[in-house]
Amino acid sequence: MKPFRYDRATSPAAAVAAVAADPQASYLAGGTNLVDHLRLGLTEPGLLVDVGGLPLHEIEELPDGGLRIGAGVANSDLAADRRVRERYPVLSVALLSGASGQLRNLATTGGNLLQRTRCGYFQDVTEPCNKRAPGSGCAALGGWNRYHAILGASSHCIAVHPSDLAVALTALDARVRVLGVDGERAIPIDDFYRLPGDEPQRDTVLEHGDLITAVDLPPLPVARNSGYRKVRDRASYAFALVSVAAAIRIEDGTVADVRIALGGVAHRPWRAHTAEQALHGAPSTVEGYAAAAARELSAADPLPGNAFKVPLARSVLTSVLTQLAEEAR
Amino acid sequence: MTEPVTVRSIGTDLVRRDAWAKVTGTAPYAVEHPVRPRAYLYPVQATVPRGTVTAMDTAAAEAVDGVLAVLTHRNAPRLADTSDAELAVLQSPAVGFAGQFVAAVVAEHPEIARQAAGLVRVEYDRMAHDAQLDPDSSELYAPDSVNPSYPTDTLDGDPDAALAAAAVQVRQTYRTAMYHNNPMEPHASYAHWDSDGLTVYDSTQGVHVVRSVLARTFGIDAERVRVICPYVGGGFGSKGTVHAHAVLAALAARALPGRWVRVVLTRQQMFCLAGYRTPTIQRVGLGADRSGRLTALTMDVVEQTSRIKEFAEQSGMPARTMYAAGTRRTTHRLAALDVPVPSWMRAPGECPGMFGPEVAMDELAVACDLDPIELRIRNEPDRDPDSGLPFSSRNLVGCLREGADRFGWHDRDPRPRRMVDGWLVGSGVAASTYPVNQMPGATATIRYADEHYTVSIGAADLGTGAWTILGQIAADALQVPVEQVRMRIGDTAFPYASVAGGSSGTTCWGGAIVAAARAFRSRYGDRPGDGAEAEGTLPDNPERKHWAMHAFGAQFAEVRVRPDSGEIRVARLLGVFACGRIVNPRTARSQFVGGMTMGLSMALHEDSVLDPRSGRVVNHDLAQYHIASCADAPSVQAYWLDEHDPYVNPMGSKGIGEIGIVGTAAAVANAAWHATGVRVRELPITCDKLLG
Repeated sequence: MKPFRYDRATSPAAAVAAVAADPQASYLAGGTNLVDHLRLGLTEPGLLVDVGGLPLHEIEELPDGGLRIGAGVANSDLAADRRVRERYPVLSVALLSGASGQLRNLATTGGNLLQRTRCGYFQDVTEPCNKRAPGSGCAALGGWNRYHAILGASSHCIAVHPSDLAVALTALDARVRVLGVDGERAIPIDDFYRLPGDEPQRDTVLEHGDLITAVDLPPLPVARNSGYRKVRDRASYAFALVSVAAAIRIEDGTVADVRIALGGVAHRPWRAHTAEQALHGAPSTVEGYAAAAARELSAADPLPGNAFKVPLARSVLTSVLTQLAEEAR
Repeated sequence: MTEPVTVRSIGTDLVRRDAWAKVTGTAPYAVEHPVRPRAYLYPVQATVPRGTVTAMDTAAAEAVDGVLAVLTHRNAPRLADTSDAELAVLQSPAVGFAGQFVAAVVAEHPEIARQAAGLVRVEYDRMAHDAQLDPDSSELYAPDSVNPSYPTDTLDGDPDAALAAAAVQVRQTYRTAMYHNNPMEPHASYAHWDSDGLTVYDSTQGVHVVRSVLARTFGIDAERVRVICPYVGGGFGSKGTVHAHAVLAALAARALPGRWVRVVLTRQQMFCLAGYRTPTIQRVGLGADRSGRLTALTMDVVEQTSRIKEFAEQSGMPARTMYAAGTRRTTHRLAALDVPVPSWMRAPGECPGMFGPEVAMDELAVACDLDPIELRIRNEPDRDPDSGLPFSSRNLVGCLREGADRFGWHDRDPRPRRMVDGWLVGSGVAASTYPVNQMPGATATIRYADEHYTVSIGAADLGTGAWTILGQIAADALQVPVEQVRMRIGDTAFPYASVAGGSSGTTCWGGAIVAAARAFRSRYGDRPGDGAEAEGTLPDNPERKHWAMHAFGAQFAEVRVRPDSGEIRVARLLGVFACGRIVNPRTARSQFVGGMTMGLSMALHEDSVLDPRSGRVVNHDLAQYHIASCADAPSVQAYWLDEHDPYVNPMGSKGIGEIGIVGTAAAVANAAWHATGVRVRELPITCDKLLG
């Protein structure tokens, strides 16, 4: 831990200007992840710009029927919002399956998206880790990797993204609104996160100084029939071994619309495009869901320590789709 | 028979004396005592598992404003006794495990100490190391004895031949994981030297233990060391022995006379510096006739210890006593590894050592087509198979029967894989046991003044209820209302108390208080004057030569498993125990339920993952080292039999702090088999092991 300066941002633009101007600066929101990292010496910013006081705490209706979630909205408030619970239940359930009540009260929407992997080697400065110290190696590859990636990993990094919220947002085609030095832009969440490749230190496409201001949810009727299932090693306060966010609409016994994202399997929330394509227009049957799940997982490249995740993800995805399809009838 | 105390307060559910202080946050823990002036220590830890420090650059750390001292093996005060390698802090450049202290920074503020510690540069000559427990290693050895001083091996007859000839045979290998005690209050000390000597506020299960160890280590008279610890935020054995941080605090305080030097281990540091339970590999053999009567029982255990200091967990012990068997062998073999030093954790020996045998009994029951309760009843011994002595009391069968009634065992279908509401549901049973231990020397004083009896003894309450129940024992021994008793514990200014370990506190400290009360009454009668004072010391109990003394219990688990994921939850846990007289039902229930919950946690969650490449525990925090959450333990019920044992002590009580964790994991594993048909022999039972 080293000394740092602390500033309270007065406006989003001022916050961006302050952080963009200082390569050692970092945003601070709920602090539930960053403060741990300061203690552990994983990051040593020279300046913390606190964005907790910015007016980013509202959930607003969008003209197109979607919702805009301010980046500062607490996870517990977002999970409890009636509009979210009615129109995007997957989001509420995902949030409530994460962390603990105390953490959800502090953790923000933007911060949740930018939380870092919980890989034990990443969190220990005495271990090699390409995400924390690029070029130092990956201790997880030959070590304890029960929780690690089975899809999209590289020889540089096998970490997984820990967020539950981000998995639900990925299934919902959310757009992340970002304010940078060049103004505001919206990034589809499927383009927001990266696979590790040879730059695992970069979790997202954000540049230094970029500030998440909001997350937009599109109007999505299919999302009213959605759900989130999280498989974990204890009933509460545990990260996902595998999670599934899904929404489905059945018309005349066939799949009219389906959205699927997996958590706990990759460096990013994993949008299951392959399974979705296999299911569009297909008959709604258990066999069909199982086959789609198998196709999605056929790309898996597990390690001995996490090979169980492949059949686990296949099985749970099949269950979730089957159950949602029954509820859709 | 011991001379029994006539009970009045004993047996009532008196509210904890410390309850109000605890829930209002006013009970001071080790580093909450308002001492001044303070200094704050943050350690530098070895990053290699074995080797030698070859160079150390402390200049940058020393240059930080507010740094008072940087201690290394070069400049730290010398210790008088370095025979205990765990405690020979900063005395040599040798590194025996990753995480060992190699330097320490003391500063005006904790943040400054931590920052400066990060600036100390250390170079090592790294040696080849071994941090992997391998049951087939050629370097396994037999220790001279196992904790605390039991025979390493026992042999009765020719069990291999009997096993080979048995009509029904179970031969399996069972594994328990490495576990960390993880009390809520971290290991923490304040230390202060002046011309009178050393004073330490410590979080400990035995102030007199800390005093004698620090006195020996620093080469001063014990009378010059005072250790104070009125409250402990949990210990589970990890505060029963002195660990390196307490020596480091005293060492730093010696370098900074007049300052109270504070050391608080972080959660991560507790995974290498505060002891842990060794992983065990248990090769169990059960041979039986077709009716289930055991003809052979073998329990061969492999465990680890650290190369720098031996601790031999007595995991084979319960197999020596639990069941009658025609022939029997128990052995312990150790691997000395370059790993942190293992130590006590709640029910060392009994807790891991009842996993393999109690699952094996379940497997034998299935093989014999017998109810597992009936199998245990058929193998009930009439004397302790280990010592040959009769039991002072043994009510395992009573616990099994009472538990079966309460749990609803009788309508159980023994076939596995029953499905209820989309979940696989199963039930399992296992036995619990724990010896009645007694340590010598505990002494108490009783002084009368202002119509109150003040009882003083250096005992410890780590959440067990000792504050409360010792007052009840004193009240009954004096034959006065409990309101007239004032308790003073947790300070070496009070008479000697043995450690809060081996579930022996009530026996030892209670016995001392009874002796003091009897001395008091015989000297002063029923109308003492102000200032009347008497002392009593725990007498030897001659009955211990004539009787085997153990507590027993039975635990029942109902588990639910999701068929599509293998996720397992314990829907119900129910235990019935026979532990002599229960001194306080309120605090006793808390001990049983706490032990059982910890056993549930061992069954499903706890698992310290040691990376053999680094010798470090990877999941060294409470986000990654899973302990059962409230949602994992929806129903944990504890009951007890009304057991009268006139031989154990004047209270008729047996220790209850540890038995609750014994057998629990086996009950859960047996229930998991009944739910799924999958026999998991390696803890923890996680979804991947059950996913078909």
